[in-house]
Amino acid sequence: MTIFGVPTQALFGQLLIGLINGAFYAMLSLGLSVIFGLLNIINFAHGAQYMLGAFVAYFALSWAGLGYWPSLLIAPIVVGAFGMVIERTMLKRLYQLDHLYGLLLTFGVALVVQGVFRNEFGSSGLPYAAPPQLTGGYNLGFMFLPTYRGWVVVVSLVVCLGTWYVIERTKLGSYLRAATENPALVQAFGINVPRMITLTYGFGVALAGLAGVLAAPIYQVNPLMGADLIIVVFAVVVIGGLGSIMGSIITGFGLGVIEGFTKVFYPEASNTVIFVIMAVVLLVRPSGLFGRTA
Amino acid sequence: MTVMRALVVAVALLAVALPAHAQISDGVIKIGVMNDQSGTYADLAGPGSVVAAKMAIEDFGAAKKNMKVEVLVADHQNKPDVGSSIARQWFDADHVDVIVDVPTSSVVLAVNQVAREKNKALIVSTGATSDLTGPQCSPNAIHWTYDTWSLANGTGSAVVKTGGDTWFFLTADYKFGHDLERDTEAVVVKNGGKVVGKVRHPFPTSDFSSFLLQAQASKAKVIGLANAGADTTNAIKQGAEFGIVKGGQQFAGLLVFLTDVHALGLEKAQGLLLTESFYWDLNDKTRAFSTRFAERHHQAKPTMAQAGVYSSVLHYLKAVEALKSDDGPKVIAKMKELPTDDPVFGKGMVRADGRKIHPMYLFEVKKPSESKGAWDYYKVRATIPAEQAFRPIDQGNCPLVKK
Repeated sequence: MTIFGVPTQALFGQLLIGLINGAFYAMLSLGLSVIFGLLNIINFAHGAQYMLGAFVAYFALSWAGLGYWPSLLIAPIVVGAFGMVIERTMLKRLYQLDHLYGLLLTFGVALVVQGVFRNEFGSSGLPYAAPPQLTGGYNLGFMFLPTYRGWVVVVSLVVCLGTWYVIERTKLGSYLRAATENPALVQAFGINVPRMITLTYGFGVALAGLAGVLAAPIYQVNPLMGADLIIVVFAVVVIGGLGSIMGSIITGFGLGVIEGFTKVFYPEASNTVIFVIMAVVLLVRPSGLFGRTA
Repeated sequence: MTVMRALVVAVALLAVALPAHAQISDGVIKIGVMNDQSGTYADLAGPGSVVAAKMAIEDFGAAKKNMKVEVLVADHQNKPDVGSSIARQWFDADHVDVIVDVPTSSVVLAVNQVAREKNKALIVSTGATSDLTGPQCSPNAIHWTYDTWSLANGTGSAVVKTGGDTWFFLTADYKFGHDLERDTEAVVVKNGGKVVGKVRHPFPTSDFSSFLLQAQASKAKVIGLANAGADTTNAIKQGAEFGIVKGGQQFAGLLVFLTDVHALGLEKAQGLLLTESFYWDLNDKTRAFSTRFAERHHQAKPTMAQAGVYSSVLHYLKAVEALKSDDGPKVIAKMKELPTDDPVFGKGMVRADGRKIHPMYLFEVKKPSESKGAWDYYKVRATIPAEQAFRPIDQGNCPLVKK
C-alpha cells in the first residue's frame, strides 16, 4: 500500500522520526513558555543555553571523566545556575520595562556566549559519544530505531508532562501563577517572589541545558547548534501560543511530525514549512493555537 | 582666479583618471579574503585562510621587494547577495585588486559576475562548482584547489570500481550540491553504476534522520553525500546511529575536509574514502608548511582549502611582480602563462579556462589504531596524476577555449 507513491511502512518510520525531533522542539519551547508565562521575558538566550548544556557534558567528560549519566544532572544544574546569575544581575532590572528590552538583552547574551565558544572551539563541532547502554537499536520491521532516539522521546515526554503537572496542578505551581498575576499580593502572603522568579528562570534555562545534553550524542557538540534551532523553536512557541505550557508541548511534537513528512514529500521545503504554518496561524488566530487572547 | 582654480582641479582630475603605464594601482596590492568567518564553513577555510594568505605574502618576501601588500577580510555568510555587495564595496570603494578563497558555489558565481563587470581578479580556492571553468569561465577568474568534477572523478570512480554500483544521493539543495551530484552521477553511470534515488536537503540541515531512512529504504549500496562541512559530519554521525554501515550500506563523502574528519573523530570516520588535493603529511615540504601554519592557527593543520589560498596568493604575487601591474585580467593572463611552483602542490600550471592543474589524491581515513595522534588521519590510496585529475579542457564548454 502506498500514499502518494510512498509506502505506508516508510511513513510509519517518518512519523516516529518526526516525534523524536518534536521531542526537542517540545522541551525547548516548554522552557521558553515557562519563562515567558511566568516572567514575561522573551528568552532569546535559550539556544545558547541549550548549546551550553551540550558543552558542559563535553567538558565533564574530557576534563573530569564524568560520562553521560552524571552529565544529565550536572549540565542542567550548571546551566541553570548560569541562567540565575544572569537573572539576578541583569534581567531583574528589566521587569518594569517593555518586553523588547528583555529580548535585546538575552539576544546580546546569546551572541556573546556563542561568539566566545566559536572563537575557542571552532564551528565544526566536537564529537560526543552516546553511552554504551543506549547504543545499538531495534528493528521494528518498518524501520531501524536507534535506542538513543527512543530514550530521547521518553525523557522528553516525562519532563514535559512533569513540568505541566507541577505548574498547572500543584500548590507550588499555583503560587507561581499567582505571582505573575499579582506579585505584590503574593508577597504580602509571605512568599519570597523575587527568589521564586529567579528559580523559575533557572528551571526554564535548566530545561534548555538538559535538551543540550540529550542532543550532544546525536549532533556534534557545536557552538552554533542552538543558533540553528532557536528560530524554529520560537516559531513553535508562537504557533502554540506564548505562555501556554500544554500548547507548546503539543505543538512541539505536532510540528516535528509535519516537518518529518515534509522531508519525504518535498524535502526542499522542510525548513520553511514551520514558518508557513506560523504565518497561517498568525493570520487566523493571532494569539496562537492554544494561547489566551490578550 | 576662478579660471585658475578650475584649471588646477582639471589637472588634478586628469592625473587621477590617467594612470601612468604599468603600475600598481594606488601603490598598494590589496588582497581580499572573502569567506565564511563564522558559520558552517568557518573551520575548513575561515580565519585559517587569512593566516594562509598572510604566510604567502611573507614567504613571497613582499616587504624585502618593497611591495606593499594588504589583506582585507570579509564574512559573506554563505549568502550570494552578501558576497556580491561586499565585492562591489571592495572593488569600488576599497580598491581591492583580487578576491581570494570564496567558499560556497552560489556565492562564487555571484562574485564571479562582479569581478568580471569591474574588471578585477578572482581566485577561488574553497568554492567547488566546476561551472567556474565551464560555461561561466571568465578571463578574470582562476579556480585553484579542486572542483566538483575532480571530486566526483576521484571518489566516485574509486567507489564504483570497488563494487559500489548503486547510489543514493543526499544533496545539499544549492548550486554546489547540484553540481557535485551531477558530476558524480555522470562518473557513476560512465563506470557502469546506477543512481536509484536522491533527496535534496536544505542547506544547512542538522537532523538527517528522515533522509537517512529514505536512503536506507532505497537499498542502494552507496549513499553519496553531495554536501560539505557540518552537513556531511552530521549525516555520517547519524548514519552510524541508524546502523547504515552495519546494514551493509556505505557512505561516500564527496567533499570531506580534514577538519570534518577531526570533528567526527576516527571512530566514526574510519574507512571513509575521500578525494583532496592536499594533505599535510604528504612530503617534507607539506609537513614544514603545515607545522608553520599550525603554530599560527590553534595548532590545527591546514585543509586543502587553506593550502590553496596560500598557493594561489603566492602565485598571484609572482605574476604581479613579473608584470609590474595589478590590473585584473592582465595578472590573470600572466598567472596562466607562468608555471606554478610552491611547497603545497609542487609544480603545476593554470589552463586557459582558468583551471589550476595539479595531482589529486584518493585518501582513506585511518582506523583509530593506525593513527599516531591528532591530525594523523589519512593514508593515500591512489594518486591521480595532474593530467587526469581535472575535466579535459574541451569538455567544459568554456567560451574562452577555442575549439
